[in-house]
Amino acid sequence: MGKLAQREGLGPGGKTGEVIAQTLVEKFPQDVKITKATQNRVFATVNKPAWLNVAAFMKDALDFDHVTAVSGVDWLEEKKMWVVYHITSYANRVTAELIVELPRDQLEIDSISNLWGGANWHERETYDMYGIVFLGHPRMERILTPDGTDYFPYRKDFVGGRRV
Amino acid sequence: MAEMWLNMGPQHPFTHGLWNLRVKLDGETIVDADPIVGYLHRGWEKLAENRMYPQIIPMADRLCYGASMSWEHLYCNTIENMMELEVPDRAKYIRTIVLEAQRIGSHLMWLAALGTDLGSYTIFLYSVRERELFLDLMQNLCGARMTYNYCRIGGVRNDVPANFERDFDRVLTHFLNRMNDLESLMDRSSVFRLRMEDTGVISGEQARNLGVTGPNLRGSGVEYDVRKDDPYEVYGDLDFRTCFEKEGDSFARYRVRMDEMRESCNIIRQAIKRMPKGPYRLKPPRNAPKGKTGWAHVEDPRGEGFMYVIGNGDDHPYRLKVRSPIFVTVSAAPVMLIGYKIADVPAIMGSVDMCLGETDR
Repeated sequence: MGKLAQREGLGPGGKTGEVIAQTLVEKFPQDVKITKATQNRVFATVNKPAWLNVAAFMKDALDFDHVTAVSGVDWLEEKKMWVVYHITSYANRVTAELIVELPRDQLEIDSISNLWGGANWHERETYDMYGIVFLGHPRMERILTPDGTDYFPYRKDFVGGRRV
Repeated sequence: MAEMWLNMGPQHPFTHGLWNLRVKLDGETIVDADPIVGYLHRGWEKLAENRMYPQIIPMADRLCYGASMSWEHLYCNTIENMMELEVPDRAKYIRTIVLEAQRIGSHLMWLAALGTDLGSYTIFLYSVRERELFLDLMQNLCGARMTYNYCRIGGVRNDVPANFERDFDRVLTHFLNRMNDLESLMDRSSVFRLRMEDTGVISGEQARNLGVTGPNLRGSGVEYDVRKDDPYEVYGDLDFRTCFEKEGDSFARYRVRMDEMRESCNIIRQAIKRMPKGPYRLKPPRNAPKGKTGWAHVEDPRGEGFMYVIGNGDDHPYRLKVRSPIFVTVSAAPVMLIGYKIADVPAIMGSVDMCLGETDR
């Protein structure tokens, strides 16, 4: 991995996952909890109020430049939902998995599509499937389901049929 | 002159599937664009939640019939990461070989489609003819031409057939000769270059920010390849280069894919030479622990494919998220289209390599 970090064409780089995890915890001691960090992976949970600040810090100071995915997860029994962000740094070749937990009766979170344009459709899809509203998103509309859909199909309490 | 919105699609020859591109025109110039997808939405992720882990493999094939090996491999890789399985070495090599053969097949299918978009049936016929050889190789390997159902959680379904190395060697030698024909057919065609050069320009900075991945990103000068920079299977042990171009136009994206096909031949040759003997599959556990997560990302022929899975304590996944590279790339279509003429749309969107099965899921 050390050899890779010196390759040309990708900016400065050189921060490992451990360093990034350390920096995040020092900057946001209250709000970021690292569950695991290796050379090219960071796993963390982030408190919802601090999420936009954490994301902006990752973009500006830690060279994260690509949103791989935004996924919703419905934990029906625990009455909560997760929004799971996978964000990649091309320069450092590190992918971070950040979990933000939302209570199921207040499904709102700050949008990051003004930081990374690539998150735009991911967030729209998560809204479409789970009803999680991304505040500040330029166009919070349904994307995959047909016009007039009035339910959120990937929620666990929506049962569309079951295989026996 | 009054501006107008024009629907290109859902039924339009350039769409390569079922999607709608709304473009706002001032005369012939595009001033705004709005891609609309979802016509092929099947609720793939919800369907997966109601199936056992092995039952999802053939479903993953159907995410993109043009590159099904890539998707079923990604699925198996994700589940292996969650279950913390170490795949036997021989299976890793076999997977690498078939993934690269699939990449060549997929790129040839793209080239054929691009040829028809630009009105050249010769390109279509030549590239489909070469693709047939790779489909034959796959058929020899697993009996299917397009939806293979070949990868398994913990390995591959069967060992390679007799004369596997010889057949691959013959096809690659033949194909590399044909590549020269294909390239001279297009690179020296003034019509082709006129329509591809300086159209659909997207800068490296924009492509990076908008989540464009794969050959489309490398066409804009960003030298990032998951195979090289976050190696999976045996890519870390093989010697190959990341193909990229600086221009960021349609022609650059075309050049990247052509170079990648040569590079894939190189990878296959190396992998066949180093392939060890031994088991090709292990017996995976039936169930995954509740709440355990795993994810993997791979270099799909179209970009960065990604899956994220959560176990449920039984033999069904609790959640299976799929990231489709083209779903994100098409959201950047307005950047590539605005400012160009409406006649450039087929060339620009053709150079992106659309696949609607994975976009809509």
